[in-house]
Amino acid sequence: MEVLLAIMIGVLYAAGIYMILRRSLVKLILGIIILGNGANLLIFLLGRVVKGSPPIIPADSEVFLSVYADPVPQALILTAIVISFGLQSFAIILVKRAYKVVKTDDLDEMNAIDKDS
Amino acid sequence: MTQQLVFYPLLLQMLLSIMLMFSWRKISWQRVISIVGSIVNVAVAILLFSYIWQNGTQVVQAGNWKAPFGIIFVADTLSATLVLLTAIAGVAVSSFSSASVVAARLKFGYFPIFHFLLLGLNGAFLTGDIFNLYVWFEIIIISSFVLITLGGEKAQLEGSVKYFTLNILASMIFLTAIAVLYGLTGSLNMADLALKVAAIQNRGLVEITAILFLIAFGIKAAVFPLYFWLPDSYHTPPSAVAAIFGGLLTKVGVYALIRVFTLIFVGDVFLENIILVIAILTLFSGGLGALVQNNLRKVFSYLIICHIGYMIAGLGLFTKLALAGTIFYLIHDIIVKTNLFMVSGLVFRIRGTNSIRNLGGLYADYPKLSLLIAIPLFSLVGIPPLSGFWPKISLIIAGFEEQRWWVVGAIIFASLVTLIVIAKVWASIVWKERVDLPRRPNFRYFARLKKVRKAQMIAPIVFLSMVSLYIGFGAEQIQKVSTRVADELIDNNQYIDAVLGPQQNLDHEE
Repeated sequence: MEVLLAIMIGVLYAAGIYMILRRSLVKLILGIIILGNGANLLIFLLGRVVKGSPPIIPADSEVFLSVYADPVPQALILTAIVISFGLQSFAIILVKRAYKVVKTDDLDEMNAIDKDS
Repeated sequence: MTQQLVFYPLLLQMLLSIMLMFSWRKISWQRVISIVGSIVNVAVAILLFSYIWQNGTQVVQAGNWKAPFGIIFVADTLSATLVLLTAIAGVAVSSFSSASVVAARLKFGYFPIFHFLLLGLNGAFLTGDIFNLYVWFEIIIISSFVLITLGGEKAQLEGSVKYFTLNILASMIFLTAIAVLYGLTGSLNMADLALKVAAIQNRGLVEITAILFLIAFGIKAAVFPLYFWLPDSYHTPPSAVAAIFGGLLTKVGVYALIRVFTLIFVGDVFLENIILVIAILTLFSGGLGALVQNNLRKVFSYLIICHIGYMIAGLGLFTKLALAGTIFYLIHDIIVKTNLFMVSGLVFRIRGTNSIRNLGGLYADYPKLSLLIAIPLFSLVGIPPLSGFWPKISLIIAGFEEQRWWVVGAIIFASLVTLIVIAKVWASIVWKERVDLPRRPNFRYFARLKKVRKAQMIAPIVFLSMVSLYIGFGAEQIQKVSTRVADELIDNNQYIDAVLGPQQNLDHEE
């Protein structure tokens, strides 16, 4: 399971960074989304993957008796997903707006700033 | 009551944003609420600072969850100082933007977002939890995205695409670093991390994590290979926005670097060397970039990058004197850079352009204003006894003591370049013959503004110039603050003890 996840995270990071390096604005956003998913999975993996043992202390005990699934990474991922969701929706609107005004989705042609100095 | 003092700057900014949202289209109300609220904020920040100064580091545990399990807010002297500086810059920019930002932008929620940005800044300075720091960073960047795109001009949108991409990439790298760090230690509390990271045997993994943090915060702070987004985007939004960005946003990156590399990743020679190399290259490239620019705000943008180098150099040298220099420079730089971008906004309102070639004759038309502008410009160069001079002395002495000749050379070189750039700027906008430009029809020139608006633009510049003069002439006081901060940073046990209690610390050492 861990090995599979690790390979998947690697692929997601590589794909995300490749997409960000492309010149098209749409691919840029796709890259950001993929990279975000990779980061979330990485938190999940590094919080140790434990199957079928929720972090609940039995009624007759005061401490955990066995290895338990750490709830903190899941809280972190939830927060990170919500935040990246907000940022991505902003990004999509921004790109749409930029496309309408600049009339290109090629990042190399967005150089009006360099011309007027 | 006094313990909750740490929260007050956060609560106040949040309250202000909510109040401003309820008066959405009523701009005149928003102006009043924002300026009055910012003045109250300065008072709260002074209260917090003086309380911390007398009683030492304060810790508040959210929901009374004991550290290291809950999220905590820590106010040490560094945090309190930065909250105070944020408040000072905030009140100045609030007044400046109510006069210089056009009504159409104000109607679309400029002020509420501005106060959300300040909320994020205060939160980032006060939090003691690394994931919480990430959340505050996100609040800062989402507010800054709105501020930088508000208005939707062509150049603004192009600049914001670059700004957006690099910032979100930095956040992803930051998140990755947190993931790796959590995997290594199982903790998120910064004081607890400091103890646990020190105990890890596999130093290679720790160094890689540290480098991830260095890249993430380096993009935010705009250090050498990662700064290209800054000069491409900072001159596109209104100058009031650029003022708060230039003054405070890059400094959050510097703060995060200082916090992480004095608390969690300490005493690694490899990392210190990397930081020093980055600092030297930042000093060179920012300085050389500023030399060739012709847009006033682009010149200032490159100078931001150049001067980030000083602070990073102090962090890399890592002696008490060097860190004191870094903190002093941070205090000086926040005030001066905010002021300079407001000056560029003022010049833009007077002449209708920011191109150095087309500016000129300011002294002939506005002699008193020209003298006022001289204060921030020459403070930046650091002509003694103005404020930029003192921290550079500390840094150079520290460089000599550590025998890092390249660092000393780079600091002196960057000072020289700054002098040349500022002399060029001064000569061309103040002394040069006035260039006759075609009058722009619907432009609100400074001369046409109402008296109240003129006062709202000039007053913050006067205020920040006075603060700059105080930093220069009252350097002894500021040096005292910086030395105390450096003391706390060098001996990170003070921070750890304040958060976890002295007993816990002892347990770990045994």
